[in-house]
Amino acid sequence: MGRVTYIEHDGTEHVVAVEEGVSIMEAAVQNGVPGIDADCGGQCACATCHVHVDATWLERVGGPGEAEDELLNLAPERDDTSRLSCQITMSPALDGLVVRIPESQH
Amino acid sequence: MATAALQPMAETSEVDALPLAELDPARADRFRNDSWAPVFERLRREDPVHLCETGEFGRYWSITKYNDIMAIDTDHKTFSSEPGITLVRTIDQQQTSPFQGMSMFIAMDPPKHDIQRKIVTPAVSPMNLKLLEPLIRERAATILDNLPVGEEFDWVDKVSMELTAMTLATLFGMPQEDRRKLTYWSDVVTAVPTPGGIVETREQKLDIFFQYHAYFTQLWNERVNAEPTGDLISMLAHDPATRDMAPLEYFGNVILLTVGGNDTTRNTITGSVYALNKNQDQYAKLRANPDLIPSMVSETIRWQTPLAHMKRRATRDVEFRGKLIREGDPVAMWYVSGNRDEEVIERPNDYIIDRARPRQHISFGFGIHRCVGNRLAELQLRIIWEEILKRFPEITVVDEPKRVFSSFVKGYESMKVVIPRRN
Repeated sequence: MGRVTYIEHDGTEHVVAVEEGVSIMEAAVQNGVPGIDADCGGQCACATCHVHVDATWLERVGGPGEAEDELLNLAPERDDTSRLSCQITMSPALDGLVVRIPESQH
Repeated sequence: MATAALQPMAETSEVDALPLAELDPARADRFRNDSWAPVFERLRREDPVHLCETGEFGRYWSITKYNDIMAIDTDHKTFSSEPGITLVRTIDQQQTSPFQGMSMFIAMDPPKHDIQRKIVTPAVSPMNLKLLEPLIRERAATILDNLPVGEEFDWVDKVSMELTAMTLATLFGMPQEDRRKLTYWSDVVTAVPTPGGIVETREQKLDIFFQYHAYFTQLWNERVNAEPTGDLISMLAHDPATRDMAPLEYFGNVILLTVGGNDTTRNTITGSVYALNKNQDQYAKLRANPDLIPSMVSETIRWQTPLAHMKRRATRDVEFRGKLIREGDPVAMWYVSGNRDEEVIERPNDYIIDRARPRQHISFGFGIHRCVGNRLAELQLRIIWEEILKRFPEITVVDEPKRVFSSFVKGYESMKVVIPRRN
């Protein structure tokens, strides 16, 4: 179990306990965090679970894979901290992770 | 009543009796008379990756299972969108056509696709939609308030076309009085010339294309010489990546935004009224609980599947589910069938407005070509239904709608309805 903080574009914070091995997209959907639509159900195919990873966590989370990178191009607010949350899996190293949900996805 | 019950039984046995190799799911007549379902049921069951060489479209593959479609849609390196995304050869792909060389980003691969798509994306971003919402709502209200009560009328013409044409004219920055040109041009673009159809000959279709082209050339010239205004044409005319694009490339993208921007939503609006009429228990559920509107909208988009297929082209020989797809082969991903795949969607033939995961459908496609305007489509459907429920307890479909003769655009030419009374 690790903790993830999701911050909405208006500043509202949601702290969710996430089991190891579960994607932080899935955890957000199951806990009703708004702004994570995840239309494709976590197959890295729709770019509706876009998050910005907090700068202090970037290195530990790592960058997107090739297919994810292409899909992120569809997201209006893509930047260097962008990831698809369905592609980030909870692990002990990510306990305390902070991500922000883009305004274009509310 | 479940929609499956509406399929004529004779059609099922007729389809089952055909040799598999002769099964051509792209036959437009089966979409016009609403008898497409048994063909895809059989293909999902017996031959989910199906080769047909006997029909009017020559050799092409049909992919009919949800997960297989997902696999192909997300593998754009093996399955290219160039030169076109429909089985029917569009006017730009025909020999000796003056529109040869026309291109649009839906029919491009990366990197060009990504660059052009990115330019128009802000126009349909949630932030911009928030600004558009009050305008769409006001128009929806006016349209509905002007409908006759107790008198038969065509829902397609009076509501579905009106609302979507108004929205699209706004996005293009066009005068509202020209809005119905857009619906007309959209219909002409996807029409196969047939006697008695909206266009009867290829020459006639070309003539209309010239008028359409001239209109948008003028719009470009006006925008390019003015300050940026935020509409789609202005965005294309001013963005460094597109301001020098070839005229036919600009026109190709206009066509893409015209068809994508009104036809699909128009047919889903009509489909929602039809589906709720055929499923009165669901209509009652909706009336009792308007909070179900968003999930009803998603369910209708699945159930209707306003674009029945998208085409890809294999860029190399590839083995897929035990079949050898050869380099250059056209591959049709049948969204209409993926949305009826019982392995992924529970009771797929039934229209259920409060499904657990209503957004799980394949109508918008997946991967880098996923529908750019999906949130705008949902917004228009949500608004029209919020306004309908405020006004009318019931919209009654009087007769079977007249369906489009196409295996690409799955929609309605007309649908007679009556509104018995106001709330």
